[in-house]
Amino acid sequence: MRLRINGAAHEVEAPVGQTLAETLRGALGFTGTKVACGEGHCGACTVLIDGVPQLSCITLVHTVEDHEVTTIEGLRDHPLVDAFVRCDALQCGFCTPGQIVSASALVEANPEPTVDEIRHAMAGNLCRCGTYPRIEEAIQTWRG
Amino acid sequence: MPLRHLPPHRGGDPDLARLIKTEKEVEGRYTETWIIVEEDALDQWPEGPGAVVGRPARKVDGYERARGEARYTADVLLPGMLQTAVLRSPHARCRVRRIDLARASEAPGVRGVIGPGEIEWLTGEPNYEGEPVAAVAADTSAQARSAVELIEVEWEELEPLLDPEEAVRRRSFIGDVKRYERGDFERGLAEADVVVEAEYRTQTVLHNSMETHQAVCEWRGEGLDVYVSTQNIWGVRDDVAEAFDLPPDKVRVVCEYMGGGFGAKNGAGHFTYIAAELARRAGRPVRCALTRREENLVSGNRNATIQRVVAGARSDGTLTALGGEYWCSIGWEGWLPSTAGPLQMLYSCENVRTTEYPAKLNLPPMSAFRAPGFTEGAWSLECLIDKLAAALGLDPLELRRRNYADADTMDGRPYSSKNLMECYRRAEPHWNRRHEVRARSDETWKRGVGMASQTWYGGGGPPSYAWVRLGSDGRVNVVTAMQDIGTGTRTAMAQIAAEELGLAVERVEVQVGDSSRGPFATMSAGSSTLPSMGPAVRAAAADAARQLLEIAAQRFDREERVLSLQGGQIVSSDGGSWPIEEITGMLEDGQILGKGARGPNPAGMRVLTFGVQVAEVAVDVETGEVVVERVYAIHDVGRIVNPLGARSQVEGGIVQALGHTFSEARLDDPRSGTILTRTLDAYKVPTIADVPEIECEFIDVPDAHLTNLGSKGLGEPPIIPTAAAIANAIRDATGAEVTSLPISREEILRALAEARERAKDRVAAGST
Repeated sequence: MRLRINGAAHEVEAPVGQTLAETLRGALGFTGTKVACGEGHCGACTVLIDGVPQLSCITLVHTVEDHEVTTIEGLRDHPLVDAFVRCDALQCGFCTPGQIVSASALVEANPEPTVDEIRHAMAGNLCRCGTYPRIEEAIQTWRG
Repeated sequence: MPLRHLPPHRGGDPDLARLIKTEKEVEGRYTETWIIVEEDALDQWPEGPGAVVGRPARKVDGYERARGEARYTADVLLPGMLQTAVLRSPHARCRVRRIDLARASEAPGVRGVIGPGEIEWLTGEPNYEGEPVAAVAADTSAQARSAVELIEVEWEELEPLLDPEEAVRRRSFIGDVKRYERGDFERGLAEADVVVEAEYRTQTVLHNSMETHQAVCEWRGEGLDVYVSTQNIWGVRDDVAEAFDLPPDKVRVVCEYMGGGFGAKNGAGHFTYIAAELARRAGRPVRCALTRREENLVSGNRNATIQRVVAGARSDGTLTALGGEYWCSIGWEGWLPSTAGPLQMLYSCENVRTTEYPAKLNLPPMSAFRAPGFTEGAWSLECLIDKLAAALGLDPLELRRRNYADADTMDGRPYSSKNLMECYRRAEPHWNRRHEVRARSDETWKRGVGMASQTWYGGGGPPSYAWVRLGSDGRVNVVTAMQDIGTGTRTAMAQIAAEELGLAVERVEVQVGDSSRGPFATMSAGSSTLPSMGPAVRAAAADAARQLLEIAAQRFDREERVLSLQGGQIVSSDGGSWPIEEITGMLEDGQILGKGARGPNPAGMRVLTFGVQVAEVAVDVETGEVVVERVYAIHDVGRIVNPLGARSQVEGGIVQALGHTFSEARLDDPRSGTILTRTLDAYKVPTIADVPEIECEFIDVPDAHLTNLGSKGLGEPPIIPTAAAIANAIRDATGAEVTSLPISREEILRALAEARERAKDRVAAGST
């Protein structure tokens, strides 16, 4: 099947029933997308599908064939990356790519989100290290 | 490095230059051990920020992690790697009557199957739900999972033992019942003007690190490479070497980046042995990774407790007796963490008696979880102290001050440093807000302020080693085989080396996470990483600096003692200065190599950390909803190396504590012992929407007796006092005494009803 990821076309063989996260991390080697729960509860695997945050661990790969997929690899130069590092908004970093992907959709739609809007948009991305206060600050100051 | 005779006050023996006996502490468990001392003793840096140390530093590996470039164990993909699935016991206690692996072995893609007894970690007599019974390796995960379904097994279900008090009656223990007494507890109670007692309970809490427990094993020649998500690469090396009868250095353990551990990843674990054995049989690399559901069954937990505690005091508040009985639900394996520790150690009290029962039950094994024992024990103790303050009519902060311990309560040793009184002083303005906070209450929302204090270990210790490599470009490489579990270890080590070498932190790389590519380093547990490793890194950097200056002295024709390193320059006290590249550049591809070791802890002293937290809450007395509005934290952990990372540790500890305070609880079926909360929708960890305003402060005074750095560990202290501070704030707001974690709405409403009954009784008593 054909996938469009971060603006580039990829040909990949994927068995029916495979998730987008499995294809990304396996055959395509986009390991920046993490899988922490595998059942849509934690947000670590978040990618953008046509600009909308989606959970790649519960998205079947064959459903995104004609859509634009954006992973953390496509956001490596996003100002949010700097903001997360500057504000110490990561500890172990396993949830961080998913956090940044979710936050990128938020600031795209709403460049100056309030604390409540940040909390609403980011409540699906768990961080077990508890960096939430820093994440809030990173998103509030994402433009530097 | 020259060998040194350590002075006696640092644990040295004038007759033994290198070998000394010292106390080693991990997670509050002390052992006496011989260590080789290679410390080149250095004076501590002066108090306050240096050029780099003591100033905020961004994570040196922040970009790798944030951009998804960091390679975690979960990302390791080796050519020909097989995947596994594990057959686990569906019952809390059972016997495998019959098992047939044949159909699984013949299933598509299957490359190996192992069953009960084929390795020690697969059993035919499981004693908790989820205990591994058999495992399959196959080309894909889906094939491995399908093959596990084809294992034919007949289970004989047996009666499980699930109740900790019943376990104590039957004397089903893990290890010994721990009894402690000092003074005369009964006499202390008799001397008390006021005695309070209460039963407090804590729940089973699950770590839920974002990266589940997992390993990839590959046999290469006579050796075994183990890629594993671990806090303890050397421990994994030793355990795997012993299991497979290999010389330890034939086992290479790699953990470059890891996705959280919180104490649950201190050993190899069944998944590593399963992967290694299946890899040996298949002749291919094998991954064994727990799913989230398996993670919440068998990867460890903070064990549940029942704590019956009593305190007696004279009317002036002087404690005359403290006592506690602790029922700890350890599970089928594990160890007894010191739940009585806070009660024994936090306050000066002559008469103390505690009994801790390590109940062996048909439940999954506990493991260390961020300040194991002390988090649970501080909850009961600090709630009890507030109950005592209420009974005495004393201010809770004043009561704590009146029972301040000036020397170690267990054996009278001096503390290497203790600034808890200063923590209380700085907490006072926040504590004094309670009148104003209470005044903001209305009919339904009652507001209040509570506090709790904390002690914990965190002194670290030897042995730990580091190397520093200074290249011709004037860049530095710190090499040590430790692991950075996300606490910012690489960054702190880079800062320490940069400070010693007078360089910017950007000029330092830190290589960790590979047992074959660096010297031994401590495990990342027990708040010991910074206090153990930091001094070794500083010593290694100092060794490199000394060599650099030795060469510079010759090159620039100066005496070595007039030269120092500052701002990337070699600076002479006569005013001359030269970029360090003028010396390092002469090396071409050669390098200056420094090595450093962690010296012993100060002999005859107790090294502990301290802190205070103050919480402000609002309680809806109609629905039982609690909103934590603010937590103020002040911690005393010696010198702060990275204020930015330190703040993150405190915030993270408090956020995790909010989880066990309000929402997290593993639920077990009380009859079958089946675990009911395995997913992250059933087991509720805090989200960004649950976080209050958190303000934190550090005493930031180096411990003058502890190492060349004066720093203690900070990973664990912040999680310890939060739950009690919140419970005490709820009491302040409403009079309700909550006694069980998590503080559910039911618990609040029960405690509110009880408080109303007490108030009615008081009114009735007053009217007669």
